[in-house]
Amino acid sequence: MDAFSYDRAQNPADALSRLRRVPRSLPIAGGTSLLDLMKLGIETPPHLVDVNQLLWSRIEERSPGTLHIGALVRNSELAQHPLLKARAPVVSEALLSGASPQIRNMATVGGNLLQRTRCPYFRDLQSPCNKRLLGSGCAARQGHSRESAILGGSETCIAVHPSDLAVALLVLDAVVHILPQDGASERTVPLSEFHLLPGKTPARETVLEPQDLISGVSVTLPTENSRSCYLKVTDRALFEFALASVAVCLEVKEGVIQRARLALGGVATKPWRAQAAERALEQQKPSLEVFRAAAAAALREAEPVRENAFKVELSKRCIVRALQQATDPAPAGGAHPATGVAP
Amino acid sequence: MSGVDLKLAVTPLTTGVVGTALPRVDGRLKVTGAARYAADQQVAMGPAAASVLHGVALCSTIARGTLLSIDAKEALALPGVVAVLTAQDLPKLKKAVADFGTTSQPGEARLLFADDKIHYVGQYLGVVLAERREQAQAAAARVKLRYLTEPPVITTEAAMPTAYTPGTGFGGEPSYRRGLPEREFADAAFKHKQTYRTPIEHHQPMEPVASIAVWSGDELTMYESTQWVAGARSVIAQMLDLPVEKVRVISPFVGGGFGCKGFIWPHSLLAALAAKKVGRPVKLEITRQQLVSACGHRPETLQTVVLGASADGQLRAILHSSVSQTSTVDEYSEEAANVSRYLYRCASVQSVNQLVKVNIATPTIMRAPGEAPGLFALESALDELSYQMKLDPVRLRQKNFAEQDPLHQRPWSSNQLRECYLLGMEKMGWSQRPAKPRTLRDKNWLIGYGMATATHIGFRSPGAAKVTVQQGGRVLVQSATQDMGTGTYTILTQLAAAELGVAVEQVTVELGDTRLPPAPMSGGSMTAASVGPAVQAAAQHAIAQLKVLAARDPQSPLHHKRPEELGVDHGALFVYTQQQQRESFTALLRRLRLPSVVGEASVDAPENNAVSIQSFGAHFCKVRVDAELGLVRVAQHVAVLDVGRVLNPLTARSQGYSGVVMGIGMALMEQTRYDARSGRPLDDNLGSYLIPTQADVGDIEVAFVQTPDSHIGPHGARGLGELVFTGVAPAIANAIYNATGIRVRELPITPDKLLR
Repeated sequence: MDAFSYDRAQNPADALSRLRRVPRSLPIAGGTSLLDLMKLGIETPPHLVDVNQLLWSRIEERSPGTLHIGALVRNSELAQHPLLKARAPVVSEALLSGASPQIRNMATVGGNLLQRTRCPYFRDLQSPCNKRLLGSGCAARQGHSRESAILGGSETCIAVHPSDLAVALLVLDAVVHILPQDGASERTVPLSEFHLLPGKTPARETVLEPQDLISGVSVTLPTENSRSCYLKVTDRALFEFALASVAVCLEVKEGVIQRARLALGGVATKPWRAQAAERALEQQKPSLEVFRAAAAAALREAEPVRENAFKVELSKRCIVRALQQATDPAPAGGAHPATGVAP
Repeated sequence: MSGVDLKLAVTPLTTGVVGTALPRVDGRLKVTGAARYAADQQVAMGPAAASVLHGVALCSTIARGTLLSIDAKEALALPGVVAVLTAQDLPKLKKAVADFGTTSQPGEARLLFADDKIHYVGQYLGVVLAERREQAQAAAARVKLRYLTEPPVITTEAAMPTAYTPGTGFGGEPSYRRGLPEREFADAAFKHKQTYRTPIEHHQPMEPVASIAVWSGDELTMYESTQWVAGARSVIAQMLDLPVEKVRVISPFVGGGFGCKGFIWPHSLLAALAAKKVGRPVKLEITRQQLVSACGHRPETLQTVVLGASADGQLRAILHSSVSQTSTVDEYSEEAANVSRYLYRCASVQSVNQLVKVNIATPTIMRAPGEAPGLFALESALDELSYQMKLDPVRLRQKNFAEQDPLHQRPWSSNQLRECYLLGMEKMGWSQRPAKPRTLRDKNWLIGYGMATATHIGFRSPGAAKVTVQQGGRVLVQSATQDMGTGTYTILTQLAAAELGVAVEQVTVELGDTRLPPAPMSGGSMTAASVGPAVQAAAQHAIAQLKVLAARDPQSPLHHKRPEELGVDHGALFVYTQQQQRESFTALLRRLRLPSVVGEASVDAPENNAVSIQSFGAHFCKVRVDAELGLVRVAQHVAVLDVGRVLNPLTARSQGYSGVVMGIGMALMEQTRYDARSGRPLDDNLGSYLIPTQADVGDIEVAFVQTPDSHIGPHGARGLGELVFTGVAPAIANAIYNATGIRVRELPITPDKLLR
């Protein structure tokens, strides 16, 4: 790791000015991702601005049905929020399915959205990687691609976005609040448009401009008739990124799915909202056939490479299972809080 | 060395705390952080010029080629950087003997800085020294390495055309044959032939390896994280061309080893050379990422098992062949095929171990080398045969129980394997196992039962110890063995306390220093068997002296008593026939104005060609498998072990749990992958090299069938650290088959392999 300087911001304006003062400086909140990347030499900021003292750590219902989550809310706190747990357990389930208690105690909501990929070639400075060094090539395509994306990839990059939380937030129509670098008034971007596909510029992962800050995320609480859940398949029971994951939120009235939200994790280059699957579900009665049709629709565009073809079938099965769980009239109970799967 | 060979008759224990659940005596030190591991050692508190420099190794980033140049200009300009040392700055090393038996086993035959050829990613090319570790790390990243790169050979498949049969390995001859296996197979009523694969696995001890080298004139002290202080001293002395007395190696606590700290690896020499060059102590900590190439790994194996059985289930032929990877600079053979030579009764056996050379760092011993991957193949194959024959897999093994060692044609010293099977079946509720796979279901979860046999040789080596009975009543036990977390401090405390008849609180144990009486490597599960008898004998030597002192002293109540008339308990000598006639060690020594009595012993491993000393066990496993999603959960695991006597049920059970947990890792998640084009490791960190979490581990029961084995030594205890790990992975794989009907022959068994 290179030497770097560090200071603490007192308020948002102070943070922006401190970030502007040193070119290429970065904000640090929980540091669970950034410090790792600095140790690996992938991030090399000359200066860090600690934003932990900013007053963005509240969760509040700003208007009926809309919950605002400050960017500095710790994952562990969000996972235990009573209202969210009651109305949209998908968020808690997604958070508890990832990392460890120690990491969740540090990691923040804003930072979670900005996690970098776990692609081993991205994390190895010596390997070709277009996301790190455009033009160096994609080592995953012809190399170990078991964990790579089957959705949203491009010739230059098939790296998976690793967030669980972002996948869950997608099904709550989350909106990201951004404090622009110039200190002008806050702007909002729907989470579904916040992350960018790699295309020909895989290094650019979000709509954020350098030194923009995420101040929070707001979500729409599902109606009383809604059920949501998160299901994740991993290579070990806990503390591991998804091979495939699914977040669903369904509103069912009189036996018909009125409104469906479905998103995929672990299989796409960005947190992946599967609108084709949502369309296949809405105005249908829940049934295995409908679920399978939705799963097929969600994966129609899948483009597997050498080692990750299994993710197509695995994702479909995850979708069907998650939809079954979300529509099961008598939920099994005792589902593993972390995996959404009963032991 | 101080250990005098007294040729004492080692007598069996009759009383004492041996076999009781004494909590770890070093536990408090460890949980409070007071136990000092290699990199924690504080050295040279003197003037700044003598304070420790921090080293960071420069490693090759390519897998094959030639080093052209090293440009350290930019690195040297950074703050705190003292030197960047490479091959041309440092003297050539001398070759050390590679002979385990003579206390000399380098991890890699190629000498550090031997030439400019590069053989694998991670090969040391130099070291950066700085006042602080962070400075050295930042500087290391600024050193520019230029190479002539050649395409590496990384996969077993790519190297297969050059597969060859190596020379004699740790486990004997690479090829073995008895009977007429091909003909017996041709005539067999039931036949099975399959290929099995185990991946590269890394030891991943909690404490990575580290060295601190401190020179004082021509004398060198090394603080090492090692399983073998004596081996480290010997190899370091040979390579530096120093008399062995000039080198001292200290390793009081080791944070796990699993074999990667067994042999002596180049980082120790790099630290020693650098410290000599700059005239200051050097601390070299190998990072978790560097560990992937620093001290070995279990190589990939590709195995074929051919079984032939008669209609009634007798094995008639076993043909087991294994190809494992070695590096291009050494010859380490995993010897996975060896287990088939002795585990079951079978008249016709062929067993062959071959090697392929790849551009990956040199592999090494890892917990149960040979047996662990070998049993995955053999025990999976037997399970497959049992289904083909519609025979209970336990029954198949019982039918082929080897009454004696079929390899050496001699009796076992002790063998309770059949009892292990029976107890394991009972504890697991084996009768609930469905004969037909994919039968039991609980909602989305399929349930299955599997089992496998465990086995490991009962090793013992010569060991020495010193036991000092002090006037104040305290007892000091010393031996140059190591405790890598297994409980050596604790069991030696118990053995000494029992032998001397003193409370365990009176006993202090000192280990891990070459100034102490010599002991073997803490590997091969042999520490208790090798060092335990030496401690017992040294304690008896001390008692014998106390008896003589008392008998000769007219003021002693034991005056004129013959040694055989006297016993020891509660820190005193007493007359067997008149128990109140006694004198405490303290009273005796105080009156005679003796500060202490010192007992010493050096005990050879018994020369025993009449029996084979082997440990056995049985693993029974119940898994739940989500059939659609491919998730596996080990719901219940029972390990029943035959290790002779258990010296301490607490430390033994802990070691048992650890073996099962590591077996779950081997079965379900552990593997290190390398990019086939660059040879770069992809899983050189604990974020992607997965080891089990609590949530991956279900109920574990570790049970012992205790039959003290007098052939291994006076305490009757064989090792268990490796035994318990063998057979776990195939038991899980077999249970997964029983649950799903899916046979996975390639570890680890990840969800993608179970999607059907």
